[in-house]
Amino acid sequence: MIVPQLPIGSVVESAVYWISDTFGFILDAFSALFGFVIDIFKDVLMAMPPLLFVVLIAAIAYVVGRKDWKLALGTALGFIVILSMDLWEYSMETIALVISSAALALIIGIPLGILAAKSETLYKVLRPILDLMQTMPSFVYLIPAVIFFGLGNVPGMIATVVFSMPPAIRLTTLGITQVPTELVEVADAFGSTSWQKLIKVEIPVSLKTIMAGVNQCIMLALSMVVIASMIGARGLGYQVLIGIQRVDIGVGFEAGLGIVIIAIVLDRLTQHLTPK
Amino acid sequence: MSYVEEGLSKDEIFNKTGHTVGLYDVSFDVSEGEIFVLMGLSGSGKSTLLRCLNRLIEPTSGSITISDEDVTKASSERLRLIREKQISMVFQNFALLPHRTIIDNVAYGLEIQDYSKDERHEKAAVAIETVGLKGHESSKPSQLSGGMQQRVGLARALATDPEILLMDEAFSALDPLIRSEMQDELLELEEKMQKTIVFVSHDLDEALKLGDRIALMKDGEIAQIGTAEEILTNPANDYVSKFVAGVDKTKILTAENVMKRPDPVVSLKSGLQVALKLMEKHGISSIYVVDKAKRLQGFLKVDDAVRAQKAGKTMEDVVIKEFPKTTIDTPLQDLISIRAETDQPIAVVNENEKLVGVIVRGSILAALKTTEEDDEEQEEEEAEQ
Repeated sequence: MIVPQLPIGSVVESAVYWISDTFGFILDAFSALFGFVIDIFKDVLMAMPPLLFVVLIAAIAYVVGRKDWKLALGTALGFIVILSMDLWEYSMETIALVISSAALALIIGIPLGILAAKSETLYKVLRPILDLMQTMPSFVYLIPAVIFFGLGNVPGMIATVVFSMPPAIRLTTLGITQVPTELVEVADAFGSTSWQKLIKVEIPVSLKTIMAGVNQCIMLALSMVVIASMIGARGLGYQVLIGIQRVDIGVGFEAGLGIVIIAIVLDRLTQHLTPK
Repeated sequence: MSYVEEGLSKDEIFNKTGHTVGLYDVSFDVSEGEIFVLMGLSGSGKSTLLRCLNRLIEPTSGSITISDEDVTKASSERLRLIREKQISMVFQNFALLPHRTIIDNVAYGLEIQDYSKDERHEKAAVAIETVGLKGHESSKPSQLSGGMQQRVGLARALATDPEILLMDEAFSALDPLIRSEMQDELLELEEKMQKTIVFVSHDLDEALKLGDRIALMKDGEIAQIGTAEEILTNPANDYVSKFVAGVDKTKILTAENVMKRPDPVVSLKSGLQVALKLMEKHGISSIYVVDKAKRLQGFLKVDDAVRAQKAGKTMEDVVIKEFPKTTIDTPLQDLISIRAETDQPIAVVNENEKLVGVIVRGSILAALKTTEEDDEEQEEEEAEQ
């Protein structure tokens, strides 16, 4: 049987190049902006003496974990291990990338999720896009990211944002649509404006679900930041890549362990942000 | 809508359009300070109707007027103001905001109106005290029992000092003891505050207890509107009579509903001769004696009258002053116990001590009988099915 070959690949390719050529100046501007943001986080984290950072993050864990000293201690120990493996700078670079990517993903994702909860049409449009974003192998994002933004941290961040945004959108939409009808009616019955309803009722009531989305988003960002090392994103992921290229199990394992520690700490911290 | 006007049945309309007719041709007035109960089984459209009143559900046609303003024509901004100031609502499942303390829940309506924190907490504290929850201001809703949570719901509705309260099955989620307690408290509050209340309920006893007037709904239409007595004693159609068949009428019906006209009566001044003649004429053995202003003075037996006449005494000497007497608003339940203690008929007087009726054994039994017959009929029908 002969099936006509659809030129999907070449269409996407030419579309990507067309965007790159036509909006090149805009992409450059974005590139500069994102690069700048990443650098700020990185510079601040790097400038901090490692031990100060350890104390600081342990204190944050203590406060966020509602005086859970075990969480604080574990966090401190984890980062001391990273320090002792001499992976501090790579770790800070990874964290800077994760924070800036996740922040951007949340800044776009949460409002989009709220809008999708309010508009059936937007939800219908978004759903297949989200499916595509989540199921497309993450490596594939790297290709257009390179074409648009070249090599380095910025394309890594962009690929990460795209990859980590879907759960933030989905869980926000889910949370808002799951707010009990009676509570929405309360907001309406007392004459709330749509904004008051959102801020005073819908978001607080669905905060648990939204925060689950935030947690997912950050975790996905971390995993993507590692993969993005393939297009020149720096940090622990790059060390893993070196480990692979050199078949150096020591380098690979140490960097991998560092990622695990950061992952666990980020996960526990964001989980504790969820209201009980 | 045009299908409805053409007189198609609900099923036909559903088949044609895929839409269900929720409410049709419903119209009623609620007076200021009245408790108006919308009552009916689930699916009868009572909650939908309630939500049409503040347009949580938009009616497709018709109008809703609150003190001469057509709410259905209000702009969304005007509607918001009406909801802020004039109408508030109490919900079936309390619908408290779980992340807020009690006082902040109660203050919600005020917060929406941009009152300062101190102002709204002050007003909210008053509302909390009104419903008897003082001391729980900083608790979270989950720490309170169902009854207390609904008090919070009520306080929240009262805090904005609205003219109209919409209560959607407000007490249905509470267990029976608490429910009855809350009903009593609502009546007490209502006496003080004189709000206009539209109360939705599926519980007939609740409706009869609370409602100044009741609208009984069936399939999105009103089957009957009236006071509790009107609905019980004079059901508009079979549906209504079946609906009220199971009610314990002894709690609802009063002396007024079962008494007979006190014919004849004799005036104290007209003398024994007249009294005896009247008794003879009506074939009765006793007669009530009233004064000039028709105030009940006593009770005269035929034997006493004959004896007194022979002995040359006056009527005043032989009138019996001790006899069963009751007021027109005494419930049937209490009459039965009075009746059990005496063989004599019970005299019914109004607030001016004027004789307005008499209750003989037969009248109470007759009233009870209709209740039982209805029950039997219903049972038979159920058996047939």
